[in-house]
Amino acid sequence: MRKPEKTGSKASFFRRSAVQSVAASLICIFGGLVVGFLVLLLMAVFSKDIPVSEALKGILIVLSGPVAAGNPRDILFTCGNSLFTATPLIMTGLSVALAFKTGLFNIGAPGQYLMGAMGSLIVALSIPQGSMPAWIIWTLAFLAGTLLGVIWGAIPGFFKAKFNVNEVIVCILTNWIAANIVSWVFYAHQEQFVNIAETKTNFIRKTISNGVSTATLGLDKLFAGSYLDVSIIIACLIAVLLYVMLNKTTFGYELRACGYNRNAARYAGMNEKRNIMLSMAIAGGLAACGAALWCLNGQQDFKWNTYQSLPNVGFNGIPAALLASNNPIGVIFSAIFLRYIDTGGSYLPGETAFNEYVSQLIIAVIIYFAGFSKFIKDFLNKKNNKPLSVSPAPAVAGTAAPEPPDTETKDVPAENPDIQTEDVPAENADAQTEDAPPAENPDIQTEDAPPADGTALGKDGDRK
Amino acid sequence: MIFLLQKALIFAIPLLIVALAGMFAERSGIINIALDGIMIFGAFAGAFASFYLRRSPFFVDHNQLLFLICLLIAAVFGAVFSLLLSFSAINLKADQTIGGTALNLLAPAVTLFITKVLFNKDKLEMETALDSSGKSRDFGYAILNGELGPVGQVLFDKAYISTFLALLIFVLMSVWIYKTKTGLRLRACGEHPQAAASVGISVVRMRYLGTTISGALAGFGGYAYVATVANGTAEGTVAGMGFLAIAIMIFGNWKPLGIVFGSLLFGFLKCLAVTYNKSLIVPLESQTWMQNLLAGSEGFKAFYEAIFKNMYFYNLIPFVTVLIVLAFTSKKSRAPKAEGIPYDKGAR
Repeated sequence: MRKPEKTGSKASFFRRSAVQSVAASLICIFGGLVVGFLVLLLMAVFSKDIPVSEALKGILIVLSGPVAAGNPRDILFTCGNSLFTATPLIMTGLSVALAFKTGLFNIGAPGQYLMGAMGSLIVALSIPQGSMPAWIIWTLAFLAGTLLGVIWGAIPGFFKAKFNVNEVIVCILTNWIAANIVSWVFYAHQEQFVNIAETKTNFIRKTISNGVSTATLGLDKLFAGSYLDVSIIIACLIAVLLYVMLNKTTFGYELRACGYNRNAARYAGMNEKRNIMLSMAIAGGLAACGAALWCLNGQQDFKWNTYQSLPNVGFNGIPAALLASNNPIGVIFSAIFLRYIDTGGSYLPGETAFNEYVSQLIIAVIIYFAGFSKFIKDFLNKKNNKPLSVSPAPAVAGTAAPEPPDTETKDVPAENPDIQTEDVPAENADAQTEDAPPAENPDIQTEDAPPADGTALGKDGDRK
Repeated sequence: MIFLLQKALIFAIPLLIVALAGMFAERSGIINIALDGIMIFGAFAGAFASFYLRRSPFFVDHNQLLFLICLLIAAVFGAVFSLLLSFSAINLKADQTIGGTALNLLAPAVTLFITKVLFNKDKLEMETALDSSGKSRDFGYAILNGELGPVGQVLFDKAYISTFLALLIFVLMSVWIYKTKTGLRLRACGEHPQAAASVGISVVRMRYLGTTISGALAGFGGYAYVATVANGTAEGTVAGMGFLAIAIMIFGNWKPLGIVFGSLLFGFLKCLAVTYNKSLIVPLESQTWMQNLLAGSEGFKAFYEAIFKNMYFYNLIPFVTVLIVLAFTSKKSRAPKAEGIPYDKGAR
């Protein structure tokens, strides 16, 4: 959500919005850990069986993540696996983040993920081994999964653009539809896909049985025989590409403009319906891509009879995106961090009286605090504004705020979004002026952007 | 058929009450996407209370009373839990979606954490217990049955007491939000908070009221779900019921009557799936004529077999139906939406 800002020499380090975002996230994480510790402490105090020192031990285990595994080899192994399981999370996080950027809430990532898994697994397992090189099958499977996700993501986008149905409801419905379709398809073709060799029958055959697996480039050996493969690198590359697309291309700019203010975007001549559909389609593709990367690893079990539950990795994309304040690059780190905490939590039941749900609790609290990130940033701004407010306003406005207030009111509504309230969800735009003339925007603008005093240039100086 | 309607009602009731919960929050101007989490939390609180209260023989004998108490406890805890959302959304002006998502994550984490620490299990089951006369009692069918006629059978035979309570609450709350001064004020805060504030209404208080009522209703619905649909097992999930309730609320156009229609429709379609699933009524009556109609050629028959003898198909029906109906009604329901979407926070 942060715009790459041209900070003047006068702007202090703490004023840069990227730094502030990171600082706010760190504060949130710290807060989450503190609350998690307090919960453990309370539990220990009120329970007779648990000594109080156990709480400290518990939080330290969570904090140490994979290091809690013990000997160096296990640590490496666990690190590799954590990184590998972070891959689909990065992708679903990117999916949710992209949709957020366009002002849409993609709660449909679980369904898109399932469709992606289905597409890639079917292709990977039904092309007979040896009929073509394995890497071609891999690529085809990857593309098939992603394509299916694109289609699945486009459905909520289509309903939103064409019928103006809230995307949240369509996403929720399509999640369950996807879950049933996937179960149905695999149920109907059990003998072909279901893994009957190993006594459990809940899972699809591993793609390695058909010779298809992601290249590892020795990463698995590097991490002591873990599942890690190049998928993590692919995911990172996609994140970078997405970042470039969002921030450096016209298309990305249009998507963000639609997110900031749909009416302004339309007024500026952007096809906001097309953008909504495209954004959701890409988001769906990203989530599905995560599933494909995970399934095509070759060693993973995919539970096919999933009609009563949705994959958690889809929903966990939401915290991954929120913690990174929807920055694609940030999503990489937040997803890895979430997995780190999860891994630490998974060692709790063995070592202490607590259990792995502590890590989920901590993540939840972190996200709760992430909601306040604007509040935290305002606080940081206020603190750092004091020395700066002395400097002459025009000079600062020239350096930090790209458009002086009066140009906004005249033309280029497309520029408005950048200055306008950053965190206003697009629903606002709907309710605000569904059919009011866009000429109203300047009014809202000038109201929202206070005169160029200290807070005006702080990108978060908006108030609602 | 009667069995079907009974089942449909059991499904519809949690949806109905939780969708109403969503309506209250959104009419006051707060997006309550945390309904799922509040349901989980309320259900857990109720189940927890039930678990401990049933150790006293008095409550095992009076299981209806226990059921009511647990519903109340669930509602109270749901309301308290929703304060977290209110605080972040109203006082700190945080993004409501983020706050709601956090609560959705928090509820299963907290409940499962406590369950596992205390019972070393992943779920909390309210088992049947023996009452003073040695009879096994669960937690509450309504007492009536027998010669009631078809209507009476649907409504009273083996019905849960939560069903009536939920219907009563639903009617009362619907009247309240439309016919009382406070209800009007609450709705005003969802439509145009600045205007409401300009005539001296405390937007903050109204929004707290709306969200708290919402939390109480969602907690109630959560326990109703766990005690009826989930057979008394609280395991940190309500199978996406809270999200479905949001869908029903939007489907019902943020209006009580629409919600009634939506949840009954959904409940009915959903129970079709479940009854087929458990093969209690395997050949639905409607299927026989469809079979005759379609079985003209072998190809049709095979097709028919593949589609209609499959529980996944029946599972799909409710979701697809709601989706299609939405596509057709959204144009029509647009006018009230534009003036009534309580999304605009706009609080000053």
